[in-house]
Amino acid sequence: MLCIADKTFDSRLLLGSGKFSSSQLMQQAVAASGCQLVTLAMKRLNLALKHDDLLTPLRELGVQLLPNTSGAKNAKEAILAAQLARDALDTNWLKLEIHPDPRYLMPDPIETLIAAKELVKQGFIVLPYCSADPVLCKHLEDAGCAAVMPLGAAIGSNQGLQTRAMLEIIIQQAAIPVIIDAGIGAPSHAANALELGASAVLVNTAIACSNDPVTMANAFRLACMAGSAAYQAGIATPYQHAMATSPLTAFLDQL
Amino acid sequence: MSFYHKWQTIDWQSLQLQSRAFSAADIQAVISKQRLTLVDLQALLSPAAAAFLPQLASKAQQVTRQRFGATVQLYAPLYLSNLCANECTYCGFSLSQKVKRRTLNLAEIEQECQAIKAMGIEQVLIVTGEHENKVGIAYFRNVLPLIRRYFSTVQLEVQPLSTDEYSELKYLGVDAVMVYQETYNQSAYQSHHLRGNKTDIAWRLNTPDRIGNAGIDKIGIGILLGLSDWRTDAILLAQHLQYLQHQYWQSRYSLSVPRIRPCSGGIETPLAISDKELVQLICAFRLFSPELEISLSTRESAVFRQHVIPLAITSISAGSKTQPGGYSVAPDSLEQFSIDDDRTVVQVAEALKNQGIQPVYKDWEHYLGR
Repeated sequence: MLCIADKTFDSRLLLGSGKFSSSQLMQQAVAASGCQLVTLAMKRLNLALKHDDLLTPLRELGVQLLPNTSGAKNAKEAILAAQLARDALDTNWLKLEIHPDPRYLMPDPIETLIAAKELVKQGFIVLPYCSADPVLCKHLEDAGCAAVMPLGAAIGSNQGLQTRAMLEIIIQQAAIPVIIDAGIGAPSHAANALELGASAVLVNTAIACSNDPVTMANAFRLACMAGSAAYQAGIATPYQHAMATSPLTAFLDQL
Repeated sequence: MSFYHKWQTIDWQSLQLQSRAFSAADIQAVISKQRLTLVDLQALLSPAAAAFLPQLASKAQQVTRQRFGATVQLYAPLYLSNLCANECTYCGFSLSQKVKRRTLNLAEIEQECQAIKAMGIEQVLIVTGEHENKVGIAYFRNVLPLIRRYFSTVQLEVQPLSTDEYSELKYLGVDAVMVYQETYNQSAYQSHHLRGNKTDIAWRLNTPDRIGNAGIDKIGIGILLGLSDWRTDAILLAQHLQYLQHQYWQSRYSLSVPRIRPCSGGIETPLAISDKELVQLICAFRLFSPELEISLSTRESAVFRQHVIPLAITSISAGSKTQPGGYSVAPDSLEQFSIDDDRTVVQVAEALKNQGIQPVYKDWEHYLGR
């Protein structure tokens, strides 16, 4: 069970709603993934329309909406996006993302922390996308964020957990959920993140840009279940040498 | 060092000659690379790469989908004026052309905005001729607030302005400024731009710097294909892009590579580029710069656009009219250049959906980039 703020979710998989070839396909993929928390970009929504092609299918699915501030280059823009999201979508949940660098879309740690502090004060449930920096993650936690979302690799890169060593420290130190966002390109990456003890993963490109998004969404669902179950069972420690399965010193207890 | 100074040190002739030096093995090696250098791009633009067009297109499509997903943005041009103080050999709005000149007033602009909006368009590209006195910053200051109210994204393709003027435009709600160099070849530039401010190549070359310094969110650069050797022009365009990306790292960049189209009083294209070569150029840029936005206008035919969009294009115009008042106020007036894809927005959107591409009408908000 994934617990964020006052809500619980059966699924440890979060999906992004962009990049799909149609809104119907996006809807089918979200359904196949079993995901209950879906991000959507405020800049993509056309609130003047009665039926927006992004919002309507997500409303139909009944998932928890997680509006994001994508496009914002600084705290001020992100705060405006958040306020718009709260008014328009009637939710105070927010994925805070600020990337001033449009090339690699790296999150801005300074502006993200400034915006997080302000948004928490304004009553938002803030889930910030951030670099895999253990100190920054503790600062975001202290600021009152409901979770942290450190990157595994650059957004859309499918490179997996390139920041693994730092993610391990973040997970070890966190008192709030750690959701690995960005870079997860294959179900095995998602399983791996959950085996490490991450609370959840967020996936978009690997599913939306797959040749068969619905099948891939299901594959990620299964991988997240496997990774989470394995973590709960306790992953065996790897050793350099072989270890006898029957301890050789058991006779000592008999003496 | 400004780009103009950098450009002065570049030897066009030797760049043009280098293009012949690449082998088939070079091209194969470059296509399988993850990150491309300028020399790699030169290889992909070379005659030797023509034989690898299918592989190039396939890789370009893969890279485009990964970065941008199965989506394409739609926009429409909004021509506000055909007044122009320049004389360019290839343009129907040139000073000496005997066309009825018109600059839209606020009421006419509102009528055009409503007509464009009725087509379902949310992103607009404002276009004017280059007339500093009558269609300068004072005019833009007057009309932008009105246009801003109708569209989520406002892009501008007008004469080069000063940094202060760009700063004001940003404040007024301009999200992107396009200024195309046309050609980086000095002698070709001078022989096709005969009168007006556009004859000043240094002022034009440094325009993207001024846009970057003003902090405009997106900078559009490009060349007009047909004025000089396209391979060499493309390499210089890539050098310009790389320079700008280093200098103005917070800006987005978009590329446009229009081919000269027939127009009233226009010249025959001196150095035409074939369909295959244009595809090679577009795909090579996609591999060189995966994050680069690339647009393709209605200058190209519906068939060409339909096949090239899925490979590397991120933004297309649709339902375009290229004369002031063309949508509603004066639909029969003379256009800047003849359009080759006259499908409606609905037809373009349907064709995209049939290809498994989602048309995106809106992708911006008024509070971003201000």
